[in-house]
Amino acid sequence: MEVTNMTALTNMLGMPGAFPRIPLGQWLEAAIDFLVTHLAPATRAFSAVTESGLNLLEAGLDALPPLLVIAFVGLAAWRVTRKRGLGAFAVAGLALVWNMGLWQATMSTLALVLVATLLAVLVGIPLGIATAMSDRARSVVMPVLDVMQTMPAFVYLIPAIPFFGLGKVAAVFATVIFAMPPAIRFTCLGIRQVPAELVECAEAFGTGRFQRLVKLELPLAAPTMLAGVNQTVMLALSMVVIAAMIGARGLGGEVWKAIQRLEMGNGFEAGIGIVIVAICLDRILQHVGKRVGG
Amino acid sequence: MAKIEIRDLTKIFGPAPEKALNMVREGKPKDEIYKRTRHAVGVNRATFDVDEGEVVVVMGLSGSGKSTLVRCLNRLIEPTDGTVRIDGTDVTTLSVKDLRALRQRTFGMVFQNFALFPHRTVLENAEYGLEVMGSPKAARREKAAQALARVGLAGWEAARPGQLSGGMQQRVGLARALALDPDILLMDEAFSALDPLIRRDMQDELLRLQDDVRKTIVFISHDLDEALKIGDRIVLMRDGAVVQVGTPEDILTSPADDYVARFVADVDIARVLTAGTVMKRSEAVAVLGVDGPRTALRKMRNHAIATLFVLDRNHKLVGLVTADDIAEHMAGGERDLAAIMRTDITTVSTEAPASELIPLMAGLPHPLAVTDERGRLAGVIVRGLLLGALAERGGNA
Repeated sequence: MEVTNMTALTNMLGMPGAFPRIPLGQWLEAAIDFLVTHLAPATRAFSAVTESGLNLLEAGLDALPPLLVIAFVGLAAWRVTRKRGLGAFAVAGLALVWNMGLWQATMSTLALVLVATLLAVLVGIPLGIATAMSDRARSVVMPVLDVMQTMPAFVYLIPAIPFFGLGKVAAVFATVIFAMPPAIRFTCLGIRQVPAELVECAEAFGTGRFQRLVKLELPLAAPTMLAGVNQTVMLALSMVVIAAMIGARGLGGEVWKAIQRLEMGNGFEAGIGIVIVAICLDRILQHVGKRVGG
Repeated sequence: MAKIEIRDLTKIFGPAPEKALNMVREGKPKDEIYKRTRHAVGVNRATFDVDEGEVVVVMGLSGSGKSTLVRCLNRLIEPTDGTVRIDGTDVTTLSVKDLRALRQRTFGMVFQNFALFPHRTVLENAEYGLEVMGSPKAARREKAAQALARVGLAGWEAARPGQLSGGMQQRVGLARALALDPDILLMDEAFSALDPLIRRDMQDELLRLQDDVRKTIVFISHDLDEALKIGDRIVLMRDGAVVQVGTPEDILTSPADDYVARFVADVDIARVLTAGTVMKRSEAVAVLGVDGPRTALRKMRNHAIATLFVLDRNHKLVGLVTADDIAEHMAGGERDLAAIMRTDITTVSTEAPASELIPLMAGLPHPLAVTDERGRLAGVIVRGLLLGALAERGGNA
């Protein structure tokens, strides 16, 4: 008896043929195919809106004289952070980008980041509020976020193509998926960490659930939520570079070109451009968060 | 009908309180109930009334259930059993909407750690309750500013709570509750987080406010001195149950059991007793224009006393005569008490604490006169009476 059991076990472990392979990939593909077919009108509408918004923004940013933009960002960095050094860094860095001939690519990347962040925040903050207010929503959303954040970023590029085709919209879609989790998590965290005694006090004065959210929780969660938005921007920036592989142009596109042609110099130049944009965005946003918190 | 009627109010913490509730009804002790059911009894069949305009202090050590009890009144904590009636309406059965309306209109609450909203200014904190009720901005700002002025914070409207000291923060907390003009103030250890001097100021402030506003106040405290000072009545709790309900005097002079007795043992009796509580009615007095020296002397002889206080026709205390003085003057043919009486007498008000009486009485050859706020004789204190009162209360405690 024991012997036969052991044989069955070794058969199962040793010979994969004994246990059929689970076609997980096939199922997911089928599911995505199904969604692609049935969500076509929605994806097309999304595509149209995003594309036109993106083009408009990009054209607008591109139409601004670089000198004006550089001066404005420098001033903003200085005024917001009250650090003259950062203002100087922003001016010098962006001037370098312009000098390297990467201005248009930078504006294109910025437009992608802005649009992706906007979408991620528009979806992420309400979802964050829902997860904070309902334990059930939380128990559904949080595992999904764990998966979203551990899944290698490249994988998102693949389903983006059947939905939106190669190009900028697919890049925005993949970026939104990749960059949204912090907006959700930080919103949820910010609301949940509102001190219990303040919530109790609000209750004692007969505050309704919606009033509690608007008058107490969101104002107190705002600094944390802004930290989340900052994270979202940073993730969007990093994803926009990866998304160059499916047709997003911009700085990422320059890097991708350089990889394909093994042009080390051009690759690093574009890379440095991304670093400069990232530092400017991050520092400015961080201080906006502190201002709101103070 | 009492303003608040609390009947068999019980709170059991845990997911399935039925079994524990049955044990509570059987009168099983808290420890046993916890051992058998793993459910903690927060409040155990509390029953008492709070009258309109009265300050009731709910007192007990930490863990005695007093904070839970007060939260059951406005259902911040959902009672497991029993009823709470406010003006005859049972709070425990109200719908969510009615409960919210009740909290907005009837209750003002003040918290131990202030619970001020840090993102709002002092004025915005004070107007919070009115804002939630939906009262128009101009009106609620005005009421909030009035409430702040009432607690002495005029001029601080634009400050943030974080900029204020603890005492001032709790004034904001008080103003936030008062701005609503609620019938009932719930004060949960409202002054416990303040240092002793500030705490005493706030207690005085509350008593002063209470003279103006006459709210029904349920005040939670673990500090007996505080309870004795501000409470019209005191509810003593232990292990979730009400052990004794009574005036401060009752609690001090006739503690219901050993627990209460131990609680009051540390109280400085001489500080709690006042002239008004120690004095006795004067058995005999002389009235100017009515009683002559001869009548006065007879009254003294009848009551076996050597001195007599002299009042005017409005019962105002004007002087004192001794038997010796009268005997002396009658020999000289004097017929008017006014010419005989001494007017340089020592008097105290009914509010004077007993501790101040002891030095006053020392060396005083006659009883001490206690007068009310209009100068009328309220009673007298003889030395034996004072010491007897102190000894008796001290012995009981």
